[in-house]
Amino acid sequence: MSDAWNTFVPGIWKKEIDVRDFIQKNYCPYMGDDSFLAEATPRTEALWAQVMDLSRKEQEAGGVLDMDTKVISSITSHGPGYLDKDNETIVGFQTEKPFKRSLQPYGGIRMAEKACSDNGYEIDPQVVEFFTKHRKTHNAGVFDAYTPEMRACRSSHIITGLPDAYGRGRIIGDYRRVALYGVARLIEDKKEQKSSTRTIMYSEVIREREELSEQIRALEELVELGKIYGFDISRPAENVQEAIQWLYFGYLAAVKEQNGAAMSLGRASTFLDIYAQRDLADGRFTEEQIQEFVDHFVMKLRLVKFARTPEYNELFSGDPTWVTESIGGVGIDGRPLVTKMSFRFLHTLHTLGTAPEPNLTVLWSVRLPEAFKRFCAKTSIESSSIQYENDDLMRVTHGDDYAIACCVSSMRLGKEMQFFGARANLAKCLLYAINGGVDEVSKKQIGPKFRPITSEYLDYDEVMDRYRDMMKWLAGVYVNTLNIIHYMHDKYCYERLQMSLHDKDVTRWFATGIAGLSVVADSLSAIRYAKVRTIRDADGIVVDYETEGDFPKYGNDDDRVDSIAYDLVHTFMEYVKSNHTYRGGIPTTSILTITSNVVYGKATGSTPDGRKAGQPFAPGANPMHHRDIHGAIASLSSVSKLPFKDAQDGISNTFSIIPDALGKEDPEFSFELEPDCACCVPNLPAQDV
Amino acid sequence: MADSKVGYIHSIESFGTVDGPGIRYVVFFQGCPFRCLYCHNPDTWKFSGGTEMSVDAVLEGYERNREFYKNGGLTATGGEPLMQLDFLTELFRKARERGIHTCLDTSGASYAESKREVYAFLLRFVDLVLMDFKHSQREGHIRLTGAPPDGPWAFARQVEAAKVPMIVRHVLVPGITDIPEQLRDLGVLMAGYGNVVGLDVLPYHTMGVSKYRELGLAYPLEGVPSLTPQEAKWARGVILSAFREERKRLRGSGHETGST
Repeated sequence: MSDAWNTFVPGIWKKEIDVRDFIQKNYCPYMGDDSFLAEATPRTEALWAQVMDLSRKEQEAGGVLDMDTKVISSITSHGPGYLDKDNETIVGFQTEKPFKRSLQPYGGIRMAEKACSDNGYEIDPQVVEFFTKHRKTHNAGVFDAYTPEMRACRSSHIITGLPDAYGRGRIIGDYRRVALYGVARLIEDKKEQKSSTRTIMYSEVIREREELSEQIRALEELVELGKIYGFDISRPAENVQEAIQWLYFGYLAAVKEQNGAAMSLGRASTFLDIYAQRDLADGRFTEEQIQEFVDHFVMKLRLVKFARTPEYNELFSGDPTWVTESIGGVGIDGRPLVTKMSFRFLHTLHTLGTAPEPNLTVLWSVRLPEAFKRFCAKTSIESSSIQYENDDLMRVTHGDDYAIACCVSSMRLGKEMQFFGARANLAKCLLYAINGGVDEVSKKQIGPKFRPITSEYLDYDEVMDRYRDMMKWLAGVYVNTLNIIHYMHDKYCYERLQMSLHDKDVTRWFATGIAGLSVVADSLSAIRYAKVRTIRDADGIVVDYETEGDFPKYGNDDDRVDSIAYDLVHTFMEYVKSNHTYRGGIPTTSILTITSNVVYGKATGSTPDGRKAGQPFAPGANPMHHRDIHGAIASLSSVSKLPFKDAQDGISNTFSIIPDALGKEDPEFSFELEPDCACCVPNLPAQDV
Repeated sequence: MADSKVGYIHSIESFGTVDGPGIRYVVFFQGCPFRCLYCHNPDTWKFSGGTEMSVDAVLEGYERNREFYKNGGLTATGGEPLMQLDFLTELFRKARERGIHTCLDTSGASYAESKREVYAFLLRFVDLVLMDFKHSQREGHIRLTGAPPDGPWAFARQVEAAKVPMIVRHVLVPGITDIPEQLRDLGVLMAGYGNVVGLDVLPYHTMGVSKYRELGLAYPLEGVPSLTPQEAKWARGVILSAFREERKRLRGSGHETGST
C-alpha cells in the first residue's frame, strides 16, 4: 500500500482501477464563491510573457516557428524541453523546445510532408522513403481499400472531413489513472488483462493480445518520459503538484504519438482537487502555489501544437487542438461535482488571459451551486471562452464520470472510446436526390443513377421520396468508408498509450456526423409551404432555385419546420444504423460542424431555401443566418427539439449575443430606494432575494 | 370577458432581458399615439397592420418555453399596449391565472380619467409597471411627443393607488432630455409617487435610423450623436439626488407619499 494514499477514504478503487470510485469517496463539493482565488504569481507572469513573445514570433514567421523534419515523434523521442526550467512548476513539451512542431507520419506521410513543405520546411528524404517503401501508413492503407465510389464521394465533398490522412483523435485516455495509481500499477493491471484473454486464437483474440502488448509497451515508455524530465511516475503521485505533473505526462505522451483533430484532456479538475484539499489541510501548499501549478499546467495545454496544412487550418478556421477539459456537472447521488479546482481552472482565463484552448467546458446543470453559476457567468462575460454543455441531458446515458471529446462528443472516461467519423453533407445529398445523383458542381455522376426530378416546380412528396433513397445510399457509402478508415487506423496508427488508459473491454461509439441540417430543413419547408421553381442548365441539371412565397423557417419554434428537422436526423440515423459497423461500434451521430460549415457551403450548389451556391451553411445545428427572427429562446427551442437519442454524439448550437442584450446589471435596474424590493424579482424564494 | 379577443401584435421577442426582471417573453403591441422624436420602433406606430393574435395564441408561445421564464415573465410593450386596453387586460388576467409575472411597459399615453374603472380593472393583473416618463416639463413633453403629459402623470397616479410597483424609465437624448433642469424635475416628479422602486436611464442610440429609412420617414434626430453609458450614469445621479432631496422635503413637511 502506497503512502500516497494513506489519508484518502478507501474503497473499491484501491483494489481495482476505478477513478470514479476514488473521486466519489474523496471529493469535497464546494458551494462557496470565487473570493478564495489567488492571482497569478510573478513567475507565472514572466513565463506567460515569454509565451506571448514566442507567439508573436510564430505569427511573424507565418504561423509556424519551428518544425521537426527528422525525428519521428514518439513518447520518448525528444529530450526535455522547457520555457524556463527554474520557474516552471509543471514541465514537458512535445519536442525538445516549445513551439517546435513534431513529426508524426504514421497517419500519412504525404500529409506530414505537405504540412512541412507548405510551411517552408522539408522532411528528411530518408524519413519519406522509409514511410513510403518500408513502413505503411494509415493513409496508404485506407487508399488501398477505398472503392472508386468512396473516392468520388470524398472528392465531391458529399462526405467530408474524413480522418484518413492524419490521426482520428476523439479518444480520451483516462490520464488521471497515471496520477492515482502510478504507471507501474497500470502495467501490472494490463499484464493481468493480457494473461486472461481467451486462448483459442480467433483473429480478434490475436488482435486483443497484440494491442495489449502495445499498450504495455506504451506505458513502459511513459515511465521513460517521466525519467527524461527527472520524475519517477511509476509510483502514485503524492501531492497536487505531482498529480498534475503525472496526469500531464499521460496527456503529453498521447499528443506526442497522435495528432488527432481533437486531443481532449478529460475531466481532471475535481479529481485534482482531492489532492489540493489534502495539501491545503496539511499546509504543504498555499492557495497561491496551487493556482500557480494550475496556471503552468494550463499554459502547457495552450502550447500543444501539431504540424498542419493550410487546408486543414481553413477547414477548422484556425489551428485548434480541442484540448477539452470538462468541468463541474452533478453526480448521480445529487452532489455537485464542483470543487475549488473547478474555479481554479476557469480562473486561468483571468490569470493567463483569455484563450480558446484548453477548451474549458462547463457541464451545466440547473442544480450546480448558485455561486459557481455566477462565477461561470462572470468569467464568460470577461473572457467569452467557456463552452457549456447540458449535464442534465448527458448524465442520463453517461453517468457522472464522462468527459467531452472535441466539442460535444461525450464518453465515459476509460470505459468508452469513439471512432470519429467526420460528416455527411445532407444538403448536397438533397441536390443529388433532385438531380439523380449528378453532382451540381462538377456535373459528374457521383451518386447512383436514380431518376432525377424533371418537373419545373418541386413537389414535396416526390422530393422526399427521392431524398430518402439518396440518404439511404449515402449512409451506406459513408459508414463503409468509415469502416475502412478505422480498420486501417487501428492497424497502422493505433492509439496504444490512450487505450492503455482504458479498461480492457471498452464500448466503442461509431460516430457519424451531419452537415447542412438547417439548410435541408428550410429547403424542404420551402418546397412544402412555398413554391420552388427549378432553374436548369443546358443539360437539364438543376443549378438554382427560385422560391415564391414565404415558408416556415427552422429557428422560430415553429413545429411545421422543426418537425422536418427532427425527421431528417431520425431518418438518416436509421439508415446509418442499418449498416454493419467496424468492431461492434455503436452508431451515433453528431450535428456539430462549428467551423467547417464555411468550407462545406463552398462545395455545395444553390439550395431550395434560397441559399446561393458557395454560401456557408449554418454551423452545427444552428438555424441559418438571420432566419431566426423571434429571439434567442425561440431559436434555441427549435434546436432543442432535435432528437438527442438519435444524435447522442452531440448537437451543437453556436450562439452569439451582444453583452447588453443579456440584461442589465442589477444596480442600474433598481436602486436602494425602498428596502422591500422583492416585488421586482418574480418567483424567487425569499432567501435568494 | 370573451376568450376570442384579438390583439394586433407587431412582433414577439422570446428572449427579452431588458424589459423587466429576468428573462421575459416580450409582446410588442402594434400602434402608438405618441411620435417621440427618438423612437427606435417607428414600425410600431401605425394602428393598422400587425398580426392578429388571440390571447391564447400569445400565451401559447409563452407556455411552450415556460421553463426559460421562471425567473422572469411576460412584458407588454409596443407601440403602446394601453391603446388595446381590452386585449391587454384579458392577456394579463389570463397570464396571472397561469401564475405568470406580468409587466407593463408604457408611456401612459391615451390615459383618460373617464376610463378610470377600466384601468383599475387592468391594474389588478399587473405585477410591475415600467413607466416611461418622456419629459418632466410640460412644454418639453409636448415638443418631444406631440402631446401634453397630463395623461401619463395621471396614469402613474392610478398605478400608485393600485399599489403596483413602478420602475421609471427615461431616455436620455442630447439637447432634449439631458438638460440638468429637466433631470432634476424628473427626480421631483418621481418622488411624488410612492410606488417607485427603480430608475432605468437609457442612453439615446441611433439603432432606429435604418427603420426610418425602410419606412421612408425622415429621421427627426438626424446628426444627434449616441450617448454613452457613462453619460446615462451621470444623468441617473442627477435625477436620484433631486429625488432624494424631494423625498426628504416631503417627509419633513409631513406628506404621505403612499409608500409603506
